[in-house]
Amino acid sequence: MATKGTVRGIVSNLVTVEVDGPVSQNEICYISVDGVKLMSEVIKVIGKNAFVQVFESTRGMRVGDKAEFEGHMLEVTLGPGMLSRNYDGLQNDLDKMDGVFLKRGNYTYALDNDKKWNFKPIARAGDKVIAGDWLGEVDENFQPHKIMVPFVFKGTYTVKSVAAEGEYTIVDDIAVLTNEQGEDIKVNMIQKWPVKKAVTCYKEKPRPFKLLETGVRTMDTLNPIVEGGTGFIPGPFGTGKTVLQHAISKQAEADIVIIAACGERANEVVEIFAEFPHLTDPHTGRKLMERTIIIANTSNMPVAAREASVYTAMTLSEYYRSMGLKVLLMADSTSRWAQALREMSNRLEELPGPDAFPMDLSAIIANFYARAGYVELNNGKSGSVTFIGTVSPAGGNLKEPVTENTKKVARCFYALEQDRADKKRYPAVNPIDSYSKYLEYPEFQEYIAKHISPTWIDKVNECKTRMLRGKEISEQINILGDDGVPVEYHETFWKSELIDFVILQQDAFDDVDSVTSLERQEYMLDKIVDICNKDFHFENFNDVSDYFKKMINILKQMNYSEFKSDKFNRFNEELDGHIKLSIK
Amino acid sequence: MKAFQKIFTKITQITKATCSLKATGVGYDELASVDGKLAQVVKIMGDEVTLQVFSGTEGIRTNAEVVFMGKAPALKVGDQLAGRFFNAYGEPIDGGPVPEGIETEIGGPSVNPVRREQPSELIATGIAGIDLNNTLVTGQKIPFFADPDQPFNQVMAMVALRAQSDKIILGGMGMTNDDYLFFKNTFSNAGALDRIVSFINTTEDPSVERILVPDMALTAAEYFAVQKNEKVLVLLTDMTNYADALAIVSNRMDQIPSKDSMPGSIYSDLAKIYEKAVQFPDGGSITIIAVTTLSGGDITHAVPDNTGYITEGQLYLRRDSDIGKVIVDPFRSLSRLKQLVTGKKTREDHPQVMNAAVRLYADAANAKTKLENGFDLTDYDNRTLAFAKDYSDKLLAIDVNLDTTDMLNVAWNLFGEYFSPAEVNIKQELVDKYWK
Repeated sequence: MATKGTVRGIVSNLVTVEVDGPVSQNEICYISVDGVKLMSEVIKVIGKNAFVQVFESTRGMRVGDKAEFEGHMLEVTLGPGMLSRNYDGLQNDLDKMDGVFLKRGNYTYALDNDKKWNFKPIARAGDKVIAGDWLGEVDENFQPHKIMVPFVFKGTYTVKSVAAEGEYTIVDDIAVLTNEQGEDIKVNMIQKWPVKKAVTCYKEKPRPFKLLETGVRTMDTLNPIVEGGTGFIPGPFGTGKTVLQHAISKQAEADIVIIAACGERANEVVEIFAEFPHLTDPHTGRKLMERTIIIANTSNMPVAAREASVYTAMTLSEYYRSMGLKVLLMADSTSRWAQALREMSNRLEELPGPDAFPMDLSAIIANFYARAGYVELNNGKSGSVTFIGTVSPAGGNLKEPVTENTKKVARCFYALEQDRADKKRYPAVNPIDSYSKYLEYPEFQEYIAKHISPTWIDKVNECKTRMLRGKEISEQINILGDDGVPVEYHETFWKSELIDFVILQQDAFDDVDSVTSLERQEYMLDKIVDICNKDFHFENFNDVSDYFKKMINILKQMNYSEFKSDKFNRFNEELDGHIKLSIK
Repeated sequence: MKAFQKIFTKITQITKATCSLKATGVGYDELASVDGKLAQVVKIMGDEVTLQVFSGTEGIRTNAEVVFMGKAPALKVGDQLAGRFFNAYGEPIDGGPVPEGIETEIGGPSVNPVRREQPSELIATGIAGIDLNNTLVTGQKIPFFADPDQPFNQVMAMVALRAQSDKIILGGMGMTNDDYLFFKNTFSNAGALDRIVSFINTTEDPSVERILVPDMALTAAEYFAVQKNEKVLVLLTDMTNYADALAIVSNRMDQIPSKDSMPGSIYSDLAKIYEKAVQFPDGGSITIIAVTTLSGGDITHAVPDNTGYITEGQLYLRRDSDIGKVIVDPFRSLSRLKQLVTGKKTREDHPQVMNAAVRLYADAANAKTKLENGFDLTDYDNRTLAFAKDYSDKLLAIDVNLDTTDMLNVAWNLFGEYFSPAEVNIKQELVDKYWK
């Protein structure tokens, strides 16, 4: 019999419930307030009292209100039909809700039980299967959506039968599996999984090595992220976190993109709702929305559900990864998630850690990032979850708990900088502080040598060195004055400016410049490194800046032109002429 | 429906802002009156109920009469709100009658994000520092980050009157009586009183009452935007006073403070207010322009910092000593929604002209640093300095009142006067078309 309970105390969304039977940590319960059932999660138990966080406003709740426990943790419902949907943090389908305003206690089903899917069997009778193995597939927005042995199944099963190719709904049985005890279990296309547990239905998790193309030059060229890699983007407000994140989610070469809008502005999600159905995926030519799932828990939606939203998004990502797909998960922003943890920890009257965040924040962040990764599945195929989280450091100070703890676990660091943003040098990723640890992975270096060019990584490192040298010289010029340093110093400085203006800076709002193919990135990198290695001759420092400003202007016009178009080639010729002017 | 009312007379605990008593059948967030003072349920533990008394607990007796009202704080909304002045509880302070209307709980639910429309309507203010560099859009939320001595209330009143809105809702928190009268006089001189609704908590009123002001103002705004499909502009000044009131309450309730003594929930508390800014599908909209006063210009303080992460940009005012006028600071000011309208609702060259001008202005700032450090200036440096002065005077100053196209023409004139096209670094097609 299900455990029941009675409300004994209320402080904001933390409610004390006296229970009449067993409860488990993180178990879900529903509390009835004036006939409306409010979803809640157990977060602490002391004796007969379960402390639950309510995922909704507790306005009007009274002592004596009844609670019913569900016997399971917070779960998501997985199956075909999730792509293109807009969910809240608890996987309620936002489009199925009536009215302009969200209604308390309005929970909607994540999938569609009536839609028919064309099922093709993969497994055959007699096959031995374990959790995560593929039984068949349906076509979901042109992606092969695998129907798998439910992740919760333990041990080995024998396939007794698989449905023949044909039209089925997700609630129709598509296979019968026999367990080790000889019992037959029917399986349909739906399965459930508790969001706070990682899906581990894979053979192994090797170090990731394949470049994930994003079309953003400051990432792909300078600090690349890989399939199954982790990265984070910290930055004060107004430095372009969201614009950068949207650019990545629009352009990245991924099969599935999941966007978790976690405690951020609603209008930013609206921008995705408005644009993605019209924009095309630069890699496949299909609409972006077809490959996207949005988990929207905006800042005005209930705080406890905000914490759940990142886990919901991660679980959906892991589900698609198990099908052998490349998934990109973007979470904006993980700081809001950490703040949600802080609010609850505070109400629970736990002893606080640094900046009043809970003591185990570091472990929570590490565990979450560890769920990303490149995996080899049991059938030899591979899949990946690439995770990029933004961090909104309080006061723009990177020495705060969320940034510091994230830095320990994420392998790519894209530091957005106020100073660059003030100068409108977008994307405002600091080229010197930012890093990608993957550049040092031998597996990655080997991959790049084979797929792009053997000299690529050396050129990338040369650019980084030049940027650092340029910064040092600019500091010296600031102290000693323009004529206090040799003219050659000005030349070196302007070469770093050339890299900055032509490669690093990119206009996210220009149709051509916003996305740069790898081929084009390679071409431009070669060109710029080549220029940087030329010796020029100048009479004085004024000539240096005039000369390079002109050159930057030509190269920027090139960036704004279609690659290898007539216009592009004309600017290219103009550039060659300009280079000859001052070459030694 | 008359709510079921129970009277209690045994208070067990009194602090500066709260009192507790034994009571049953009480709902969370419910309103109560304690000897006639309005209070709200903030904690229930078994049969002990804690009430936050808005006007403070001075003079409350342990045998005070406590009446629970069976409802959360509410405002009667209707057309009769227009032109009226109310206190934080929604009671008239202008001597007029209590307006009729539908009782609506304040702090109501959020808009479903999939039902929002993307903001796309430009709000023209005539101030180039705003329209050119930081264009505002209906459904946006944006604060002025200002030092207490800056003329933010004047600029806000000017923006409110020039913007083409159907209603202006003013929420005043900890406003001085002088500022209250300034707004009242400005609006009435402009003949705009009939489209203004004001909820005012002055420095003379108890500070905790302020907590109600934004929710009151936004409940009224939602009525006009949802029921009447009107374009509503909400002015909230000053949100730092609001946050301070929250800190007082959280402190009295023994909560562990986070950064700068603010409650750990400050982000969510502020977001709940600002996120009420919305473009509705049926044409109505709520736009919020707020003021967050800074202490000593420090934007890393928890209030401006959290605000910056919530709002869609921020505006800074600064006195430019070169021209002796107040300008809208082009470096730190930002409107995040501007790209929804710039170059689309305005002329095509708008985004590039705006960026180029700011970049050149930044070069001028560098030149100024060089000058202050005693270095020789190049010819380019001198030209940027001259440009910066003109740019400040003709475009950034808050006394500018121009149409957006005129602003762009002024900018091109300045480019042509001081620079070569290569130095301005704008797309060639635009240079060909507009260079003067």
